Amino acid sequence: MEITPGIESMANNAAPYVGMSTTVSFNGKSGNISSGGAELLFNNKKKFDVMLPSSDKPWTIKNLLKWIKDNLLEERPELFIQKDSVRPGILVLVNDADWELLGALEYEVQPNDRIMFISTLHGG
Amino acid sequence: MMGLQEEEFQMPNFKQLLEEKDSEIMRLKTLLTKYVPKSELDQMSNSHPSTKIAASTATLESPENLCSQLSKEDVARYSRQLILPDFGVGGQQKLKKASVLIVGAGGLGCPAAIYLAAAGVGTIGVVDYDSVELSNLHRQILHKEHGVGTPKSLSIILAVSSLNSSVKCVSHHVLLKSNNAEEVISQYDIIIDATDNVASRYLLNDACVLLKKPLISGSALRFEGQLTVYNFDGGPCYRCIHPSPPPPETVTNCSDGGVLGVVPGTIGCLQALEAIKIAAGLGSSFSGKLLLFDGKEGSFRKITLRSKQKTCSLCGDNPVISKLIDYEQFCGASPTDKTETLHLLDDCSRLTCQEYKQLKEDSSPHLLIDVRPPEEVAICRLPNSVNVPFSKVEDPIEVEKIRNYIQKLDNKNKQVFFICRRGNNSQRAVQLLEPKLADLNVILRDIRGGIQAWAEEVDTAFPIY
Repeated sequence: MEITPGIESMANNAAPYVGMSTTVSFNGKSGNISSGGAELLFNNKKKFDVMLPSSDKPWTIKNLLKWIKDNLLEERPELFIQKDSVRPGILVLVNDADWELLGALEYEVQPNDRIMFISTLHGG
Repeated sequence: MMGLQEEEFQMPNFKQLLEEKDSEIMRLKTLLTKYVPKSELDQMSNSHPSTKIAASTATLESPENLCSQLSKEDVARYSRQLILPDFGVGGQQKLKKASVLIVGAGGLGCPAAIYLAAAGVGTIGVVDYDSVELSNLHRQILHKEHGVGTPKSLSIILAVSSLNSSVKCVSHHVLLKSNNAEEVISQYDIIIDATDNVASRYLLNDACVLLKKPLISGSALRFEGQLTVYNFDGGPCYRCIHPSPPPPETVTNCSDGGVLGVVPGTIGCLQALEAIKIAAGLGSSFSGKLLLFDGKEGSFRKITLRSKQKTCSLCGDNPVISKLIDYEQFCGASPTDKTETLHLLDDCSRLTCQEYKQLKEDSSPHLLIDVRPPEEVAICRLPNSVNVPFSKVEDPIEVEKIRNYIQKLDNKNKQVFFICRRGNNSQRAVQLLEPKLADLNVILRDIRGGIQAWAEEVDTAFPIY
């Protein structure tokens, strides 16, 4: 499993916004997960290239979220995860498409998938 | 509270007047060519210059068939878009008949309004209840320095009218809520969401679905912007994508998170573009699509959203929402982007700025910890404060640093004060650190209202941001 280093701590008192672009790799083959917008939660890091460990269970997004919580999020996971899913206000994209189009939590992550967590913005 | 007020500012519509006169002249000219003998016409055209053209063209075809409904002035003004294939005279005429409501006269609303006016949208309404502040001007580019303190909706109207006097402008100086939203929105064809808070976004979405209006939604924060069009062309609504509102503590406003002015500027321009396309019958590129703009990376990414959801509580097959609800309650946050004032500590754990000033004058030994982010400390700070950003107050390294500072205090009643920007995080810091410093026999207190209160109550020369 490879995670690109460069994790800093949460930037300030403003609420973190989620958007991360991460590259996931499987079995030594390079994949792609990407965080586009969650960098304050992910220590100001926009992109993670990760290699997920081999697992008997399929790498559904549900399992991926758990893995991210354990491996990438250092503090205040409640700002990213609620129950088994992402908290309201975060949009999950798989290869530039809304995860709802692909089965949401049950979607099985494929090698070279690009997964983004987008925090909906409200300012104007 | 001033209560709900609506002021309408209608500019004299000279353009329309001119057009009416023009078409009357045309009609008379046509009548002339029909009923007056040619010899007499020639004579008349010599004596009356205004009939000259009519007389000469009359022999070919009626002028009404030769020229579009647009006046000569319109043709000149909009010529560069009139010659655009796909837009043309038809697009311009549709634009002229269209009405667009911009909700929010801020960083998104300003560029949207001015481009809609420039393009010749017939009626532009602007809703905003705020007044112009100096901190708005870096991004809300239609307000002026001399307009600080005046209603935002009004200063947009003034800017729009001076660019294009033929646009009918309506200023709605109201806070849009469940009891007045439908009345305002129903007067317009297309709605632009240029608001700055979650409650208003749900309110606008619900009202637009109930009234069957397209909603062009934009947002911006820091270096990033987002754009999408809801409730248009069979696409999803805001609730299809976001059935539940985000927890209030996860929502960042521009005042706390910061924003570079060009970023909402970019999104606001794109909102105007979508409004123009919809008004001109060209459709929209963002129904069921979301544009992600990252100004820092210079990237635009267009992603596909889920389609309209059958299970949507508002626009689905079995909607449960049939009228507007209480959005403040639904979102757990008020329909503004103002930061709320928290009361987490007992009064005895809090100090006013005046009390702190007195304490300083008495040279009472103490430690002052400023918990703002370093970017804010760089703007202004109180003397002899140490900076421990709120996000790090629980970091063991920082806690150790604080313990060292405290141990250096040489009086018995060791006092530690926390200050932040507005007095919320300073209270949180006291709560977080009390258990970690309990063994040091130290009193932790926060300074009410933070740096902002200091500037207002003690040192008026101190900057407010």
